[in-house]
Amino acid sequence: MKDRYYLLAIVGVFLAAYYVPWSAPLIRQSGLEAFLMLQEYAQEHVLTCLIPALFIAGAIAVFVSQAAVIKYFGAGAKKILAYSVASVSGTILAVCSCTVLPLFAGIYMRGGGIGPATSFLYSGPAINVLAIVLTARVLGWKLGLARAIGAVGFAYLIGLCMHCIYRKEEKTREGKNFYLPDEEGKTRPLWKDVVYMATLVGILIFAAWGKPAEPVGFWMAVWEVKWYITIGFLILLGLELFFWFRRDEMKSWGESTWGFGKQILPLLFGGVLVAGFLLGRPGHEALIPEKWIQDLVGGNSLWANFFSAIAGALMYFATLTEVPILQGLIGSGMGQGPALALLLSGPALSLPSMLVIRSIIGTQKMLVYSGLVVVFSTIAGMIFGAWAA
Amino acid sequence: MEIKILGPGCSRCSAAEKLVMDVLAETGVDADVEKVTDLMKIAEYGVMGTPAVVIDGQVKCVGKIPRKEDVKTWIGK
Repeated sequence: MKDRYYLLAIVGVFLAAYYVPWSAPLIRQSGLEAFLMLQEYAQEHVLTCLIPALFIAGAIAVFVSQAAVIKYFGAGAKKILAYSVASVSGTILAVCSCTVLPLFAGIYMRGGGIGPATSFLYSGPAINVLAIVLTARVLGWKLGLARAIGAVGFAYLIGLCMHCIYRKEEKTREGKNFYLPDEEGKTRPLWKDVVYMATLVGILIFAAWGKPAEPVGFWMAVWEVKWYITIGFLILLGLELFFWFRRDEMKSWGESTWGFGKQILPLLFGGVLVAGFLLGRPGHEALIPEKWIQDLVGGNSLWANFFSAIAGALMYFATLTEVPILQGLIGSGMGQGPALALLLSGPALSLPSMLVIRSIIGTQKMLVYSGLVVVFSTIAGMIFGAWAA
Repeated sequence: MEIKILGPGCSRCSAAEKLVMDVLAETGVDADVEKVTDLMKIAEYGVMGTPAVVIDGQVKCVGKIPRKEDVKTWIGK
């Protein structure tokens, strides 16, 4: 970071410390909410949900061959396959715009053209494993599922729309000089990798198993023995690692998990503090009056959905921070529909990323892409809001 | 010799650049090293992953930090 940014940051903190009326009851209450919300995350979500999900993301990054996925974006690849792979590839390829944007530029210039490229651009940040898991865990399985389905469906739709709108411009692309990421030598048959991934997912599911509202039936029965099942899966994982994996593979798994953790956790904790300070936990008032939020994005009106779609498209959410912010908003009276609209437009677009996208595909295409995201998010929000109500 | 490191500026890209510089210093090979951060220029090389290392116009490695021994072979040491 440059020195002048340090200076600006220090001046900002100083001014806040000097002028904010910290002893006013509302500010005290908000500050308390910030830390209570952070505690709720630490106690409820970090150990049982976030940590296993980080290990899964790390495993995907190391053990799933990126080249095998990316080759479907090439100029010669079948179109239907290219869209299908692009719309789910976010789960496999990316948590960070650092990989999404260069790949997007590559697919656009050299590979499948604007359609698959925009499919990938949308799905990349929108459907990574961590985001879906945390959404389902914190905001409820309905929103988590709707987010997953919406993100995959949108990636398809938006890519196809872009392809149809700019069909005439598409020239034949040269298929040569297309370099895939290098592959390390494979040492295991595929089924061992699949079993290993399934074990990780098993740990996540059972460790994060919530206590059902009514203490009867299947859900309760599983809840009572969830730690035994989780420990069983952990032992299984230990055996798999011992017998199937080389030491250096385990090391790179650990390194990539730690890389994700380092990148995501500080941002998430910061986001939780900010969301707690501004919005408070559900049912608790903080800095922003609940009435404002209910007026703007309460209910399921067209305006509420459109407003949150466009706000999400402009605002920058660091990876995963959309979850605590939405938790605060829903707790303060945001409707389910607008919440989904924000989830679908938020992570995929932001003002800074629009500028980068513009430098690759030009102003007009960027505006069309952003417009499509906002319109589809609004519609999906309306439908989901009507269904969930 | 002309060496280009392609990458938009993530931590792995700087690690790749540092590694190449280290090898050059170790072996005493003289080369122009350029870091390419412009996304369009990266895409022109057709690489589908960053960081990537290009030596005299030839793409040598894509999507990972190269190993020291590999870099030594590429620069002919």
